[in-house]
Amino acid sequence: MARSSARNAGRLPLALAGATLLAILVVPVAALVLSSSPRDLAAGVQHPLFGPALWLSLRTTIVSLLIVVATGTPLAWWLAATKSRSARFVEILVDLPIVMPPAVVGIALLETFGRAGLFGPFLQYWQLQIPFSTIAVILAQVTVSAPFYVQAAAAAFRRVDPDLLLVARTLGQSATGAFVRVAVPMALPGLIGGAALAWARSLGEFGATLLFAGNLPGTTQTMPLAILLALESDVRAALAISLVLAAAAVLLLLALRVATARQWARGPGAEF
Amino acid sequence: MQDATILWKAEIRVTLGSLEIDVAMQGGRAPVALIGPNGAGKTSILRILAGAHRATTGRFELGGDVLFDRSDEFELPPEARRVGYVPQGYGLFPHLTVLDNVMFGFKSSAPAPRAGSGRQAAAAMLHKLGCVDLAERHPGALSGGEQQRVALARALVAEPRMLLLDEPLAALDAIARRQLRAFVAEHLGTIVQPTLVVTHDVRDVMALNAEVYALDSGQLVQSGPWAELAAQPATEFVREFFDLHGPTDTPQPAS
Repeated sequence: MARSSARNAGRLPLALAGATLLAILVVPVAALVLSSSPRDLAAGVQHPLFGPALWLSLRTTIVSLLIVVATGTPLAWWLAATKSRSARFVEILVDLPIVMPPAVVGIALLETFGRAGLFGPFLQYWQLQIPFSTIAVILAQVTVSAPFYVQAAAAAFRRVDPDLLLVARTLGQSATGAFVRVAVPMALPGLIGGAALAWARSLGEFGATLLFAGNLPGTTQTMPLAILLALESDVRAALAISLVLAAAAVLLLLALRVATARQWARGPGAEF
Repeated sequence: MQDATILWKAEIRVTLGSLEIDVAMQGGRAPVALIGPNGAGKTSILRILAGAHRATTGRFELGGDVLFDRSDEFELPPEARRVGYVPQGYGLFPHLTVLDNVMFGFKSSAPAPRAGSGRQAAAAMLHKLGCVDLAERHPGALSGGEQQRVALARALVAEPRMLLLDEPLAALDAIARRQLRAFVAEHLGTIVQPTLVVTHDVRDVMALNAEVYALDSGQLVQSGPWAELAAQPATEFVREFFDLHGPTDTPQPAS
């Protein structure tokens, strides 16, 4: 008894430190939820900024998620299956946007697709204008969110027992068939988790979009950018948009928990 | 030997990490057992025959067909070899039911004339191996012995021309191992395919009445009918392997 209470006393500063961080994380979210009355919320939702931003965010994040999954899954598979140095190097390249400031990503995209950028002459020849378009919004989202998916997918593919893939091959599957029918289903919880993280990152994308796509209502003004504009005109709209984004984040976290729990429920049988 | 006809011949030379494998083996209808200490290269040899790795030089001939011949860069992919492989740990697909596991080979080769009857063939094979009751369950819910039977059913239903089994009984407790050993011996006796079994257990070798290849550090040290190796062991490992008074039935760590 005495020993355990002594240990608890020693833990008190640590507990305080942890509780402080928890407060810093949670109190702002609580403040956000408590800040608006239902009437404010209704007014915010009816604000002309709200609807187009919500619709644009949904459209662009779904398209960018589809692009990330379609291109990121084969890349993740290659990263997981390849032990060479070049694969480790590619892994670093893929992670780059995670550590790069979003504003820098925005400038880099401008230098690639802008009028004076790397592909500028080519795009101008075909009369394609990418910056400050909806395509720019999607490109920015793909760039910043793809690493989260590729990382999670590669980790999930690495956990698939190579013997199972060999068995699938000996049972008549081509390499692609074994990938589709064994590797993907077995890695599915990890793929879903990665896709959820990538979608969340796309939904919240702000900096790169602002620089590369601007803040044009209906075309490039996604929800995070609409918050910026709403703060200047009607705080209630900013709060309503923020609450929708916060609710999406919470739902996503819960969904992730369920997906992980399902993976655990498979239990030891999943890894003979 | 029950039948002197040679059905398969394999020569493999390859370096995997620090292990240099250099073997020449052949077999007929009688099951062939591959024995040797951990890290001798037994599993690697099975995986090369199944098609997971390439040998640096070598050749594998089965039933008159060449499955790989490194001298002219010929290498049949695993799906074209029709070699059944049951890895250590059985390799059942955890996301599929037992029946779907067994039918996996049929779905793969849709144009095959019997694709439509895949379900019946799978059910019949499960019945033959005494696990038809398990059809709708997932592998995670089966005992080790049940998983091994299902893995065997899945490999056999694809009608392989050769069967590769990696320590089929090692992960089982003593009672399940005894039951399944008799069962495997009986079923391998009734199928025509040649079988190559990696094992740590002299009882497996005797139950199968196998030809034995003894391996050490990737090199063959002795081969022949098991009784010959038991009578005149060439190495300390072979002597201990056939020493019936030794601790032969203790579980061995995976190699």
